[in-house]
Amino acid sequence: MTPQQIRAAFLEELVKVAPDIDPDTVSDDDHIQDDLELDSMDVLNLVTALHTRFGIDIPESEYTQIATPALATAYLSKAA
Amino acid sequence: MEAGTLVEWLIEPGDTVKRGDVIAVVETQKGAIEIEIFQTGTVHHLEAELGQKLPVGAPLAMILDEGEKAPAAPKPAPVVVEPKAAPAPPSEEAAAPPPVPPAAPPRPATPALPSGGLAASPAARHRAAEHGIDLTTVKGSGPGGVIQLGDVERIVGTTSEVAAAKPSSPMAEMRKAIAAAMSRANRDIPHLYVSQTIDLKPATEWLEKANRDREPANRLLIGALFVRAGAFAAAKVPVVNGQYHDDGFQPSKTVNAGMAVALRGGGLVAPAIMDTETLTLDETMAAMRDLVTRARAGRLRGSEMSMGTITISALGETGAEAMTGVIFPPQVALVGIGAPKRRPWVVGDAVVPRQTVTVTLSLDHRVGDGRQAARFLTEFENLMQTPEAL
Repeated sequence: MTPQQIRAAFLEELVKVAPDIDPDTVSDDDHIQDDLELDSMDVLNLVTALHTRFGIDIPESEYTQIATPALATAYLSKAA
Repeated sequence: MEAGTLVEWLIEPGDTVKRGDVIAVVETQKGAIEIEIFQTGTVHHLEAELGQKLPVGAPLAMILDEGEKAPAAPKPAPVVVEPKAAPAPPSEEAAAPPPVPPAAPPRPATPALPSGGLAASPAARHRAAEHGIDLTTVKGSGPGGVIQLGDVERIVGTTSEVAAAKPSSPMAEMRKAIAAAMSRANRDIPHLYVSQTIDLKPATEWLEKANRDREPANRLLIGALFVRAGAFAAAKVPVVNGQYHDDGFQPSKTVNAGMAVALRGGGLVAPAIMDTETLTLDETMAAMRDLVTRARAGRLRGSEMSMGTITISALGETGAEAMTGVIFPPQVALVGIGAPKRRPWVVGDAVVPRQTVTVTLSLDHRVGDGRQAARFLTEFENLMQTPEAL
């Protein structure tokens, strides 16, 4: 997958967790908790969805590495 | 909730129903609510009509017991808009504790997100299916973008009675519902508050270890430990657990822990996890995930909205350090949990940095006193020091 495809897939899963988010308005550096207001349950649901989609089991200690679309794209590209 | 609009029947005359079945859907200020039945029998006839606005306690249908013959003149049946405010079914004694929750439906270990990521109320789904409307083309106006009946109605192009009954936006209606409940609480309930800051180290360390070997789908959140500690402490201090009605306080034998769920885009609901004290930690976590998912998709049950016996409200991982909450009537206590903070903490003769959390209990002073409230917090603190026992 290209980084663009990974970013799109990440946003797709993000929007499933928080359907009110318009993916076109999310910038690369938006923080999923501080800017997009996901709570801990939302983050866990997102991590679960990414595990299902990419087969990547993100440990709790690395949640910070998927905190923005830019970080997540880099992290998932490396892990995929 | 004072009234609801009947938007969907899931039964028809002749059907057999059993306690706990979902038989209808009403749209309320707090979104669509699934109405369960509290007896077993056969549906004789439906009394309420689709689109009808019904006050709490209005009869919906007549259910006959096994072998019972229909009376000549219909009498009000105990199937009502909301179980809480309804008279108890005739088989129960007047002095019985708060309504016994229906048998809890099996909870999926990992609740599925709304299909295709779409959040829509049952009524909206039903109406969309009727008219062959693809829900992905509908823009939701409910909390968090949930598609509600009115959104589908607008596309159908009909101004049905149901749509016409909606005076303003769903969000405005939810604010009104919150305003009504909280005003009532501040008017009727003399609140007292006690707070305690507790050490979170045992809980966070235990959780970190427990989650290390778990797949994301099975991981636990500290919120689940808070709910368990709250439920066990409530079971030990009965004065915080129950409901206050016209005839005074009725303690509950079970703990139905309400969980405040903030809806994205604003609004708040506090559905209850039935019989929390009988669940395991994993079951509690699964129930919480399920409730949050359904709260956001507008698929909560009437019993979950009305049978809570105590509410636990946590601010989350970041933000303010303490919350002094307003009790959710007819309950008598609310546990407000601030965001965990790293603070200097005295251990023996040394000051060490520790993750701490401040827990505040709001208690109805008509029911209990500061001493009992403090005892609840002591129990809560002790339980959080041995998370493996939760």
